Amino acid sequence: MRYHPHTPEDVRAMLDATGAKSLDDLFRSIPEPLRLKRPLELPPALDEIALFAEMGRLAARNQTSHPPFAGAGAYPHHLPPVVDQLLLRGEFFTAYTPYQPEVSQGTLQALFEWQTYVCLLTGLEVSNASLYDGASAMAEAALMARRLTGRRKVVVSEAVHPEYRKVLETYLRAGHEHLAPVPFGPDGRTDLAALASAVDGDTAAVIVGYPGFTGVVDALPEAAAIARKASALTVSVTSEAVALGLLQAPGALGADVAVGTLQSFGNPVQFGGPAPGFFATREQHVRQMPGRICGATVDRMGRRGFVLTLSTREQHIRREKATSNVCTNAGLCALAATIHLSLLGKNGLAELARVNFERARLLRDALGRAGVKPVFSGPAFNEIAYDVGDAEAVVGRLARKGIVAGAPLGRWYPGRPWSKGALLCAATEMHSPELIELFAREVRG
Amino acid sequence: MANTTGWKPSMEKDAGGPARGDDVGLGGATRGLAYEEALVFEQGSPGRSGVSLPARGGSHDPAAELPASLLRGTVEGMPELSELEVVRHFTRLSVWNHGIDTGFYPLGSCTMKYNPKSSEALARMPGFAGAHPLAPPEMVQGALELMHGLERALSEIAGMDSTALSPAAGAQGELCGLMIVRAHHEARGNPRRKVLIPDTAHGTNPASSALNGYEVVQLASGPDGTLHPETVREAMDEDVACIMITNPNTLGIFERHIAEIARIVHAKGGLVYGDGANMNALLGVARPGDMGFDLIQYNLHKTFATPHGGGGPGSGPVAMKAALAPYQPLPVVVKEGERYRLVTDPAERPQTVGKLREFWGNFGMFVRAWALIREYGPEGVAMTGRLAVLNANYVRARLKDVFHLPYETDSLHEVVFDDKAQKAHDVITMDVAKRLIDHGFHPPTIYFPLVVQGALMIEPTETESKETLDAFVSAMRAIADEARSDAAGLKASPRKPVRARLDETRAARKPVLRWKPGLTVE
Repeated sequence: MRYHPHTPEDVRAMLDATGAKSLDDLFRSIPEPLRLKRPLELPPALDEIALFAEMGRLAARNQTSHPPFAGAGAYPHHLPPVVDQLLLRGEFFTAYTPYQPEVSQGTLQALFEWQTYVCLLTGLEVSNASLYDGASAMAEAALMARRLTGRRKVVVSEAVHPEYRKVLETYLRAGHEHLAPVPFGPDGRTDLAALASAVDGDTAAVIVGYPGFTGVVDALPEAAAIARKASALTVSVTSEAVALGLLQAPGALGADVAVGTLQSFGNPVQFGGPAPGFFATREQHVRQMPGRICGATVDRMGRRGFVLTLSTREQHIRREKATSNVCTNAGLCALAATIHLSLLGKNGLAELARVNFERARLLRDALGRAGVKPVFSGPAFNEIAYDVGDAEAVVGRLARKGIVAGAPLGRWYPGRPWSKGALLCAATEMHSPELIELFAREVRG
Repeated sequence: MANTTGWKPSMEKDAGGPARGDDVGLGGATRGLAYEEALVFEQGSPGRSGVSLPARGGSHDPAAELPASLLRGTVEGMPELSELEVVRHFTRLSVWNHGIDTGFYPLGSCTMKYNPKSSEALARMPGFAGAHPLAPPEMVQGALELMHGLERALSEIAGMDSTALSPAAGAQGELCGLMIVRAHHEARGNPRRKVLIPDTAHGTNPASSALNGYEVVQLASGPDGTLHPETVREAMDEDVACIMITNPNTLGIFERHIAEIARIVHAKGGLVYGDGANMNALLGVARPGDMGFDLIQYNLHKTFATPHGGGGPGSGPVAMKAALAPYQPLPVVVKEGERYRLVTDPAERPQTVGKLREFWGNFGMFVRAWALIREYGPEGVAMTGRLAVLNANYVRARLKDVFHLPYETDSLHEVVFDDKAQKAHDVITMDVAKRLIDHGFHPPTIYFPLVVQGALMIEPTETESKETLDAFVSAMRAIADEARSDAAGLKASPRKPVRARLDETRAARKPVLRWKPGLTVE
């Protein structure tokens, strides 16, 4: 067993040092009736060649030869090899939460850079060192708003990612909180009149997508104005963060908290996880922020260095009075995003966002020539819902060609006039003009 | 450490003075070239970029479709660097870290075992990395088969009936487990109010309970470091939803009364939740499901060697008995004939607690954990627990004459010492920890568990060799000597890393949490 270095002589000598007669004797503190008296029923051991053959068999049962046209919270983007090769440096890869800052300055400085990128992208003042994913980041935002306002109700647009809303619902149910959904109109944007009537004196937070799940860039400034009037916090949710290279920062449009995932930077879709959740807010809320936070300080020689800080908010100090139960976050995924953003830089990010915007228009044009039109009239970034007649049928038909056609919206929004036909399709820099043409032909059938 | 290059440990000669070229720790740590490295935002030059992007291939202007108020130009403050500059930046940062790949990392309760390189290669296969979570099931049968295999294996290893894979990390697994507990009681008409938690528990246990709306009742462990049945009996009533127990506990001690405690809790209708942070000790030796636990969360990044990554991603599947399975979160992976499918519709599982994270869980971690289980097979998994316990007991036996052992009770995969013997010389746990860094070892977990003042919690894991443990023992013994002979020198450590001890008070009092132009920290 290549990961177990013990020779029989080592085992003998070490047992002698402990006074135990055998390996099993080391477990004498476990009462006999509680011990397992048979081998575990697991598949037999594999050597490395057999392991790769078996895992290769499984991987081959997933069809991934074309980049998916589904986004819906997990976006196929180009991963520069630099990202992965740096990520795999063992000093990053095999370290843990930087509890000992002197031997963790690499992780800590990278997290400080991540926090800065999150602030720059969102236009907000402070950020944490990442959370599990976008959905739990949104749930944590709702919980923070509740702590800050002392109110219970959370008003959430139905145009926010349905997976995120399910997670929010699960988190809130645990604390018996109230969730008030608000519908969206035919333009795909939150119905502002309905929002205004849902927000009241017991509202802790108003949550809108930016862009929303329908692909449409929601009316964030207007929603924030409604929230502000009721002294509720505005939370913006972004799962396609490349959009923030083109769209105004949510903080500049009135969001008090911006959450979501930076999966699009440096992280593969990998069947939905892991990916780095982000969380940014205004400076005055920093002591109610969940999760780890990295801060700058100096060492004994006066040199700049970094540590985890404000930990009196956290579970290992505050236990049941902590702001969150979060311990481990998504450090490695955050590092991948930090590296990718550093490669992109100011102009690369702006250009990547414009390429994405453009490819989504190539797709819209190609489908338009096939007579397929968008469902919602509101402004979009790189993801647009189309009326393809029967979305599930199109998905099934294209699956047989090895193409993931998109996300049929009827799964999450049954019973709407557009439910049957609406297929949400993303186009990124991965979708070449030729592939887009092929896709449009296949959709037309 | 084999001394074949002519070096001799020389730390004792330098104590207190500036580090010299021949200063070598017992873990082999010496000095190398490390670079000062500015923040990425403080580098580069306008006009540079490190990416190669395709041409836009069209002439659609965002300004024609999107209102001007929603558009921004470029993101101010973003750096502008070439690819090489970025590569050098992160390479230099990386060498400031100590990782498992660098050296011994006996961080107690975190199970810092070797992360197989095979697993990384496998997780990067395009069929895994490129699979979209919303792809039709017939396009991702491999991913689903893998999840099903892992679900079966984790259930078998824990002695449970089914396992919910989706929780994102151990603490989210706890949250999920407590939601299941609440759902179980609600189905019986009363969610109950309290959760019992021993004083040795991880901080996440009370925090997860509070998040679930439960009141925490702390139980004192006995003088032998275990929880006693009478303590539980006194606290147990029909308002207690569950007890949360880590077994072995955070002292590394097996809770030998667990079966009786479970009977007491069950008799009043309560459930027994296991914090599986320490599952490494039990692999193939004993199963939580056979000792009275109703549900337990795994930490795949601990027990099954998925990378810790500087603080995640983790993965915290929850294994449970059949009676609790109806409440498990979605999705649930099922096999129907030869076809695999995810149950995602609550209509199919009306009693589900809901959903803990977007999509289906940290699939990338499932691939790595499954690869390890497949390579090990039943014998390898069972040997893992045995060798982890052997390593911890070996370290314990070799250090207990110089470091005080607050609990004499047998321990399993980790051992907790304290600084009682060193305090006489004004040397505390923090000093011991920092001195270990100069030797080339990552310090153990310190000041935890809270029941031990000045705790030093050492968890070696099974992937470390006897020679490494011997070198670590020598370093710990040298530090114990140094505490007697030169406490002041010891307090000046660490001297070798790129930074000396950092001012954590300053960081908290005057928080600087991001770069801004002109950033200075003094």
